Amino acid sequence: MAVSEYQVRPGPEGYLPPAAASMGVELPERGAALVEGRVVPEEEAFQAIAEKLLAARNPVFFPGPAVLWAWKDGVAEKAEAVLKLMKAVGARAIPMPDYRPKYPMINPAVEINPNHPNLTIWHNRIDVGVFVGVHCHYANVALKIIRGGTDCYTIALCGEMGHEDAMITLRDVDIRKLERLTDIARALAAAGPLRTGVMPRAGTAV
Amino acid sequence: MSKGLFKISPGFEDVMPAEYKELVNNGPYGKDLGVSDLGTFKELIEEHPLCAGCAEALALRLILASLPNSEDTVIVGSTGCSSLLFPQVAVQNIHSLFGNQNAVATGLKRALRLRFPDKVKDVLVIAGDGATVDIGLDMVMQSWFRRELITTIMLDNEVYANTGGQESGMSPQGAVLHMAPLGKKFPKVNLPEIAREAGCAYVATISPALPRRLGKVVRRAILVAREIGPSYVQIFCPCPTNFKWPSAQVLQKIRDRQKEGIFKVREYVSPEAEAYLAGLEVVKQHDEEQ
Ligand SMILES: Cc1ncc(C[n+]2csc(CCOP(=O)(O)OP(=O)(O)O)c2C)c(N)n1
Ligand code: SF4
Repeated sequence: MAVSEYQVRPGPEGYLPPAAASMGVELPERGAALVEGRVVPEEEAFQAIAEKLLAARNPVFFPGPAVLWAWKDGVAEKAEAVLKLMKAVGARAIPMPDYRPKYPMINPAVEINPNHPNLTIWHNRIDVGVFVGVHCHYANVALKIIRGGTDCYTIALCGEMGHEDAMITLRDVDIRKLERLTDIARALAAAGPLRTGVMPRAGTAV
Repeated sequence: MSKGLFKISPGFEDVMPAEYKELVNNGPYGKDLGVSDLGTFKELIEEHPLCAGCAEALALRLILASLPNSEDTVIVGSTGCSSLLFPQVAVQNIHSLFGNQNAVATGLKRALRLRFPDKVKDVLVIAGDGATVDIGLDMVMQSWFRRELITTIMLDNEVYANTGGQESGMSPQGAVLHMAPLGKKFPKVNLPEIAREAGCAYVATISPALPRRLGKVVRRAILVAREIGPSYVQIFCPCPTNFKWPSAQVLQKIRDRQKEGIFKVREYVSPEAEAYLAGLEVVKQHDEEQ
């Protein structure tokens, strides 16, 4: 597998950031994940996600239609696992109920829309955002816009193959993986507070 | 789409925007509602960016309130004023390339029948007159010739409104428009007649000045397209912005045109469609209520 030098870091990366894929970032194989454009073992990504979320000033989950709506068997259970993870890291949710391009009627205080996710991020000063249950083509659009115009650190918990344009991407996320992530976050939180400025604020130079 | 799609996952109810909660709790999905129930349920259309007093917007609101199966309906639209409104509509919809709407709807309907053979999935085309009678006429007529089971609704605002006022096939003879300063030299195309000749089993002309009849017509057109053959509804909804009418007068203008006999409410039902509709209890009941 080609190893890309390109790092998928928080923006702003200009009006039109390049798609990470076009810069050589490849999606991870099963059992692997991406952290800032690098392929890592999944366990390493679990740890990085938990750390990022626990260190965040304002971590927010963006649950998409595939998890918000109990549209088929198993979704309610997955939603429950997402809620547990949110609780473990002290995050709140801003929903993405559908993909209608509601601009300029979008109310960024109550929802996020993939066509202008930056508005919601600016409005709520979100430093770490988690995409879960968002269909891939819309997640791709939104993640690129976020990287283009904000310094938000994005994490994709993807039910399919993952997203190069998120700073951290996990693939094939199911209930088991959500529970594993929750356990790691709980253990990390129990070990001591991270949200004290120990970690650099997302987007600032390290 | 199944009705389950409109159930919020437990635990996320609190974070959902109010309009979605309202749609779930008080929307028309899975209920037999119609135009006469307007005001008692959460409508499928949110605020929209069309001009004040737009007759096309009113027509759309009435169409949406009349869908017999909104949760399992897909609307195929085309470029034009209505396409600015579709993003605010809570029904599955596809924006197709200008004029291609009936070709897209044909493919969609065929695919849905293969994928969901045991389910009723209504496919509805809703497009402007320019998209239907001019640029898209080829695809529109081919879908009728081939007896595709779709309903075509033309929003006849008598002009290419969204591009600033060119004459369309449906502009009346003599109409002087922003981009047709010499006046139109030909009469309106008689598409209802063409539709009948081309194989539509149900054809109707109506206007939003007659809301209940509009609801009835749309319903009947959709039901006929489920089993019998293609259907066509032409909704007379002239554009106040391009014809320079005060927005509050649009409905009166439509009524005047009807009185003058320039616009006529008409309905053609093929014998087969007639028998089919007569056999449907829901239609009878609904018609009585209207
Ligand atoms: C393929 C293509 N050709 C032309 C256009 C330009 N165009 C956009 S809207 C429009 C007119 C639409 O008129 P009509 O179908 O009557 O709808 P209205 O806007 O009047 O509701 C045209 C020609 C386009 N968008 N795409
Ligand atoms: S231009 Fe005419 S048809 Fe278009 S939104 Fe305005 S009033 Fe309606």
